Amino acid sequence: MSKAVITVVGQDKPGIIAAVASNLSKHHINILDVSQTIMQNIFTMSMLVNLETLDEQFNALQDELNQLGDKLGVTIHTQREEIFETMSRVSTQDQPF
Amino acid sequence: METKQILETIQMVEEEHLDIRTITMGISLLDTVAGDPKATAQNIYNKITTYAKNLVSVAEQIEREFGIPITNKRISVTPIALIAGHATPDEMLYYAHAMDDAAKAVGVDFIGGYSALVQKGFANGDLALIQSMPRALTETDLVMSSVNIGSTKAGINLDAIKLMGETVMAIAEKSDTANAKLVIFANAVEDNPFMAGAFHGVSEPDVVINVGVSGPGVVKRAIEKVKGESIQVVAETVKQTAFKITRVGQMVGALAAQRLGVEFGIVDLSLAPTPARGDSVAEVLEEIGLEQVGAHGTTAALMLLNDAVKKGGVMASQRVGGLSGAFIPVSEDAGMIDAAKAGVLSLAKLEAMTSVCSVGLDMIAIPGNTPATTISAMIADEAAIGVQNNKTTAVRILPTLGKDVGDMVDYGGLLGTAPVMPVVEKSSADFINRGGHIPAPIHSFKN
Repeated sequence: MSKAVITVVGQDKPGIIAAVASNLSKHHINILDVSQTIMQNIFTMSMLVNLETLDEQFNALQDELNQLGDKLGVTIHTQREEIFETMSRVSTQDQPF
Repeated sequence: METKQILETIQMVEEEHLDIRTITMGISLLDTVAGDPKATAQNIYNKITTYAKNLVSVAEQIEREFGIPITNKRISVTPIALIAGHATPDEMLYYAHAMDDAAKAVGVDFIGGYSALVQKGFANGDLALIQSMPRALTETDLVMSSVNIGSTKAGINLDAIKLMGETVMAIAEKSDTANAKLVIFANAVEDNPFMAGAFHGVSEPDVVINVGVSGPGVVKRAIEKVKGESIQVVAETVKQTAFKITRVGQMVGALAAQRLGVEFGIVDLSLAPTPARGDSVAEVLEEIGLEQVGAHGTTAALMLLNDAVKKGGVMASQRVGGLSGAFIPVSEDAGMIDAAKAGVLSLAKLEAMTSVCSVGLDMIAIPGNTPATTISAMIADEAAIGVQNNKTTAVRILPTLGKDVGDMVDYGGLLGTAPVMPVVEKSSADFINRGGHIPAPIHSFKN
């Protein structure tokens, strides 16, 4: 496992990015890319992070971020990056995808 | 990576019911045959529980990492009639219980392969297995059964069709729902991951992972965006959407196979509905432009849908197999239920639809006083469509004792609810009672 995408969707309020980022830093996870928009007051952020050292702890991170989402009143998805790439890519040369 | 693309994927899962319908592990039982049925049954239990012990946990971990639901984990095995050539109908139950116990031990949702292939005639095991079905399907919970009664190469076994009509009625006398676990096929495929018809064909490897993907809701949402545009735009939209859905199946299947240390078989891209609103093949057909499914034009719309799904799917995966297309079960599809209740969708129209989609008359409740020969004749009609047109067809029909046209029957869970539909009351008995074998069509001689 190498990269994951963390998506946050919900009502905008101060401190969402800070809370997610500090959680990631606690796990020593490096943020590679962040993109954020606000559409009709709905906050949407997607974050690409490096999971190279976190193979075993993926579940723990996901659980923590889900809890954080509940606390902040937003939905947080933590998913491996491949699912997003796979959907719009034709090549199957780089097995197993 | 674009946020839009990420959100589209999340929306497909959360709002449009995109799911991996099943990861099915196919396991060969050819090496489990021992001298006596009890010993063979024990070997079957041991092999299944060894090979599939991590299937559920691997699938659940993949669900978690990718955020995509894997609705069912299933097992398919070599048709039991081949393994149990010596068994009596009573002894057959050892095999049924071994399958059921093994499935429960590893935590899968279903196990398929309580099956016989009799398109050209009966071997000893075939007859015993069919005779054991009323007990096997009511005494076990997770065992799924199928019988192949015809093929383009072999023709149609009318004796088997007669027997299966009687068997369906015998099962109905014991249970209102057990017939949901029995499919009668023509041209059955050997790598189908979908139930109730999954079995592990004799030419398959020892163990293999096959994946079934679904997503009628995703297709419907995509077609909503091309309202009023010409029909080839609809075809292209379905194709592109099917591609995306199948890619997910390809990825998940390959990963599951890798983690289980097993060969990856095929992706079956089938639009398989569930009773949930928005997860309906009928709604897709209606979105193409029909006021309600069953209206004139339904067959044409379904033909386009089925074909475009296959075209998108083929490009997206290394190996496409199984049934791949659109399923049109009645009880499992909210839109079909509505149309059947309203009298818009008839058995005759459903039969016509099966000539252009991937399966057949599926999950249809009929009156409990329907003669067995009439059920046999329905099977014969479906087999004729499949055999003549080189495609798979199937019948999964549910006569319900004490119920009549218009009554509702509840099957529970993914099996849904169905209104009892009228059948033609004129007799087909003399035709079915002739018995024998309908010869293979002329175009099957291709050598």
